[in-house]
Amino acid sequence: MSTTATCLRIEGELTIYRAAELAEALKGSLAQVPAGGAFELDLSGVTEMDCAGVQLLLATQRSANESGRVLRVAATGAAVAEVFDTLQLASHFSDRH
Amino acid sequence: MANDINLDQVLQTFIVEARELLDDMEAALLRVADEADPRESINAIFRAAHTIKGSSGLFGLDAVVTFTHVVESVLDRVRDGEVRLDESLVALILSSGDYIGRLVDAVERGEPQSDPKTEPEGAALLARLQTHLADKAAHDAPASASSGSATAGGPAHWHLSLRFGPDVLRNGMDPLSFIRYLATLGEIQRIVTLPDAVPGLEALDPEGCCLGFEIGFLTSADKAAIENVFEFVIDDCSLRIVPPGSRVDQYIELIRSLPAGPSPLGEILVRCGSITAHELEAALRVQAASAPARRIGAILEDQGTVSPQVVDAALAKQKQVREARGSESQSVRVDADKLDRLINLVGELIIAAAGANLVAKRTRNLELMERNTTLSDLVEEVRDSALQLRMVKIGGTFSRFKRVVHDVARELGKDIELAVSGEDTELDKTVVEKIGDPLMHLVRNAMDHGIDSAELRASRGKPATGTVSLNAFHDSGSIVIQVKDDGGGLDREKILAKGLERGLVEPGRTLSDAEVYALIFEPGFSTAAQVTNLSGRGVGMDVVKRNITALRGNVAVSSEPGRGTTVTVRLPLTLAIINGFQVAVGKSVFVVPMDMVDECVEFSAEAGHDYTDLRGQVLPFIRLRDLFDVPGTASARQNIVVVKHAGEKFGLVVDALLGEAQTVIKPLSRMFAQVRGISGSSILGSGDVALILDVPLLMQEAQESRSHAAREAESQPAGQ
Repeated sequence: MSTTATCLRIEGELTIYRAAELAEALKGSLAQVPAGGAFELDLSGVTEMDCAGVQLLLATQRSANESGRVLRVAATGAAVAEVFDTLQLASHFSDRH
Repeated sequence: MANDINLDQVLQTFIVEARELLDDMEAALLRVADEADPRESINAIFRAAHTIKGSSGLFGLDAVVTFTHVVESVLDRVRDGEVRLDESLVALILSSGDYIGRLVDAVERGEPQSDPKTEPEGAALLARLQTHLADKAAHDAPASASSGSATAGGPAHWHLSLRFGPDVLRNGMDPLSFIRYLATLGEIQRIVTLPDAVPGLEALDPEGCCLGFEIGFLTSADKAAIENVFEFVIDDCSLRIVPPGSRVDQYIELIRSLPAGPSPLGEILVRCGSITAHELEAALRVQAASAPARRIGAILEDQGTVSPQVVDAALAKQKQVREARGSESQSVRVDADKLDRLINLVGELIIAAAGANLVAKRTRNLELMERNTTLSDLVEEVRDSALQLRMVKIGGTFSRFKRVVHDVARELGKDIELAVSGEDTELDKTVVEKIGDPLMHLVRNAMDHGIDSAELRASRGKPATGTVSLNAFHDSGSIVIQVKDDGGGLDREKILAKGLERGLVEPGRTLSDAEVYALIFEPGFSTAAQVTNLSGRGVGMDVVKRNITALRGNVAVSSEPGRGTTVTVRLPLTLAIINGFQVAVGKSVFVVPMDMVDECVEFSAEAGHDYTDLRGQVLPFIRLRDLFDVPGTASARQNIVVVKHAGEKFGLVVDALLGEAQTVIKPLSRMFAQVRGISGSSILGSGDVALILDVPLLMQEAQESRSHAAREAESQPAGQ
């Protein structure tokens, strides 16, 4: 839908330990995405993910949708793929628009 | 906030608890054979396995979960009376418990869970456990037919509604772990994460939890088993389980009772495969027309889906949890560091009180002196109770030996039982930890070499079952532990012959019985005519003696031919206070542990050498003034303190002897770890610091100078 995409790469843990810090980072990056634009997340560098991480992604998606933007998970690593697989969330974050 | 969550700490708690549970399991396994009604013990064994499985599932310790699950299944059948808990199964479960213990050890060391070294062992145990489950299917078939339950026949579709409370993540729990663990019970067909429950980034508390899941779950487990998955988080989440074959109105009830809007939840149920779209539509129509909703409990009861057994089980579980909490509140876990700090402070308090007393006496204010006396009494009481905190009962160590005796008796093919007395005797925790290994060796030794064979026992008119007994009691400031067997006793002649052969005894010397028996503690001494499986592991009685001496204890043997042997270990009650002998060099005060002081003699030396003539023997000595560079010149009348350690003697040259005093040992700070010859410090009543000498280390140095001295003495004619 959009040709311009803002991409944010997250590396290391996507867990409760960094949840507060990452929430700020996601908020900041999302604000820079132009309305109607796509916000891409590169999660291939994530080494560990827990439910706090899942929740962050869901919240980011909700914020994006409410402000007329789109969140896409552009790339996942083994850790994220395993969590998506367990919770059957892979399709939820793929480009549905 | 993130600091509140310390997973490592929680994991530590898990490890400690798992070990305790394994100990409980072992204790129950060992007593189960002797009980007329073993049900309580069997339940205890099952509970232990079950709880270990549950909590390791939380940490994602799959190796532990998988293995323990099989153990639990076997125990479940035992509990139901389908499998008899005979001797071989007890042994199998004991070994399984050991294996779980090793898995837990690996977790503690942070090793990967699949270890090629231990896996074959696990697989072998699993294969043996499986034989007890092999005919399960045959048993289950008629059971399910008779109960008519929808779950027993095979996997059935359950629906789970999960809403996690806001503090779940902060409490260090990850809902993902529960879901992963749930997946081990069956197959998660569809799981939907409720997206609407999560607010946008602006409103989100990143460390709070607002996740909810709807799960379609295919399993043959029962409701209690599913609930148990969430046992650890149950206070913090809402869990609704809709059993297989439930009528649609139950799902409606579910839809209505959950906070998320009704329509998406209905869709989710359809997506989970729990109801069909058609059913939902029909149900929603009915719902609209029907009277106010009934409570879900009422519906459940009406439909008879909750069987009385389930209710009973739930009640029993609640009771169990309450009981566990009850016993928890009776004891408090405290870090050893905190205790040490407290004892340190109490030491300071004693010194400060002594100082205050001194001043009070100087002012000659009677009232002040009186108050100070009261204060000192209280301080002493505080010291005693503080030291008491470190005291633990020896019973815990003793009960470990039940297992050892059980296993070793099987291994040796001897019929031996363990009698334990004095379990309530208390001693310092550090001592308890260090005495385990020496005692283990003494017990093994008593069983292996002590207890005589069944034929011999019969000919000696003793009962066929041999007895090894452990006894503990307090005796004037020390604890005495006895390991006694009713076996053949020590063979005096054989020991003496061996002693002569090894050159430990001078030919022609008459020795008392005690002296002969004491030879078994000499290095390289073994009289066992045949090397059994247990001996020959390179740990001899000499090591036992050395370990006990290192704890400032001693060990003695007495024996009656044909009647048995008693090994008596005597240990100080605590390592925090010693009976010290104070000596002075210049203005410095040193403390020598009293039990190492042999005698004190007036200083004399072979001119120009560091040794003296002690009643015709060469006695090497160390001049403490030179060793520690104490300033000043030696007093006119120096003394030699003759110290003895591990059968050797050497002398310490000091200026003055100050006498005996109770010494509170304070460890040296790490800065002084490199200082040789000092093992700790103590503070005197005057406030000065006294250093405690490390006699074993000084002895090494003295031995070096001794061999030097001996050579010199040989090379020179005596008397010069």
